[in-house]
Amino acid sequence: MNLLEQQAANRRRTWIVMAIFVGVVALVGVGVDLFVVGGGQTYVPAASLAALAVSGGQAWYGLRNGDRSVLRSTQAIPIDQRLASAASDEDRHRLRQLDNVVEEMAIAGGVPKPAIWVIPDSDPNAFATGRDPAHASIAVTEGLLRALNRDELQGVVAHEMAHIRNYDIRLMTVVAALVGAILLLADWSARVMRHGGGRGSRSRARGKDGGALVAVVFVVWIVAIIFAPALGRLLALAVSRRREYLADATGAELTRNPLALASALERIERAVEPTPAIKRGSAHLCIADPLGLRLDDREGFWANLWATHPPMRRRIAALKAMGYQ
Amino acid sequence: MTMTLILLGAIAVFAMWGIGVYNRLIGLRNQKENGWRQIDVQLKRRHDLIPNLVNTVKGAMEFERDTLTAVMEARSRAMAAVGPADAGRKEGELTQALGRLFAVAENYPQLTANQNVRMLQEELSSTENKVGFARQFYNDIATKYNIAREVFPANIIAGLFRFDAAELFEITDAGDRQVPTVDLSMKT
Repeated sequence: MNLLEQQAANRRRTWIVMAIFVGVVALVGVGVDLFVVGGGQTYVPAASLAALAVSGGQAWYGLRNGDRSVLRSTQAIPIDQRLASAASDEDRHRLRQLDNVVEEMAIAGGVPKPAIWVIPDSDPNAFATGRDPAHASIAVTEGLLRALNRDELQGVVAHEMAHIRNYDIRLMTVVAALVGAILLLADWSARVMRHGGGRGSRSRARGKDGGALVAVVFVVWIVAIIFAPALGRLLALAVSRRREYLADATGAELTRNPLALASALERIERAVEPTPAIKRGSAHLCIADPLGLRLDDREGFWANLWATHPPMRRRIAALKAMGYQ
Repeated sequence: MTMTLILLGAIAVFAMWGIGVYNRLIGLRNQKENGWRQIDVQLKRRHDLIPNLVNTVKGAMEFERDTLTAVMEARSRAMAAVGPADAGRKEGELTQALGRLFAVAENYPQLTANQNVRMLQEELSSTENKVGFARQFYNDIATKYNIAREVFPANIIAGLFRFDAAELFEITDAGDRQVPTVDLSMKT
């Protein structure tokens, strides 16, 4: 598929996964309100709204302030400060190239130039953060600057700019809010069940509920509560992987040079050490999995399901397909 | 009574849709205009950077006076260009003159080792890239605008409010399509 077709396919798949996600949240929420709050007869969406409000509030706060805390946790240095303490002319040259490359991609994408940060880690990696294009930051590791040539660096920067342009940070925050809501609802239900079984099972015991249908729905809902947290996380990871493919394709549209990003990914893959500077919470923002989970290159069904990033080989193959169209 | 309500409802929905389409077309048209001006910004940057480059290499490249003069003259002509077609042609000639200068500079190892020259080369090639990306962005946004104004049913609104088609930036002179030949032979 050429890069525009790949973009359309990725966006479509994101929305399918989001629809399933919202469906799961709704199922769990309706169930909690029906059986725990309302007792099997009245439907009062109190628990759903409360869970969404708490989770949503946390997510909104995270969106506004998250980029600063993520950058702090990786000990990133602003590029101007890094330039001032540059060790050699070669060093300065690479940093100027980084600055120019980011500005070129900002022009190609029609977005304001993001703030640039350098992470003192020798493993090649990069991430983007920020709630919208006007408040965005891009961070690259020292290892990335050393390992890649100018075109490859531009490919990686284009991928990160694509995340910013596609509002992926915002999307993943919404996803995190939905996962949070599911977890809250499941947790509350579990507590209520343990402490006296909720109004639903009490009235069931008294035989007051509406019959077999309600009982069936009740059982389905119990099963959903048990599996919802894991399912929610799996869906969140699915969305994350889909957006990685989309960022590859959108980044390739910015540079019109998908083979450069493919070559950069190949080089990053070869440098197998994990990036200790980037913590688990920020893993989904990076260009390559920083946690080293894919060290032995397992590519089975289960390995892929729990990964934040798609397998490197498939990303490279997709980019090469764009390049040879 | 219900008939009038339904009718009013339908009109309201249609009006909201119309306003939405109109606003989207306005947004795209303004972004397209901005994209066009961005190209000028990058071209001007290139004009400003060139005298620096020429001064930096002039000392070492005494014997390449023709190449250096060609660059400065192409720059003056480009700055004096009138109209987009003329500017496009003159800027293309300037790109070719710079290309020749870079190729010739390879013959002077003390230049390529010199950090200042390398920095300037990086700045200049980055400016060339920026001009290219600015043109690419303009074409991308102009295409988005054209698609938005031509699809049905938005083309009704576009026609009503006179949203004209955007011209894409293209090479008018067939000569520009040719890859510039760089003569590295020893004759001056």
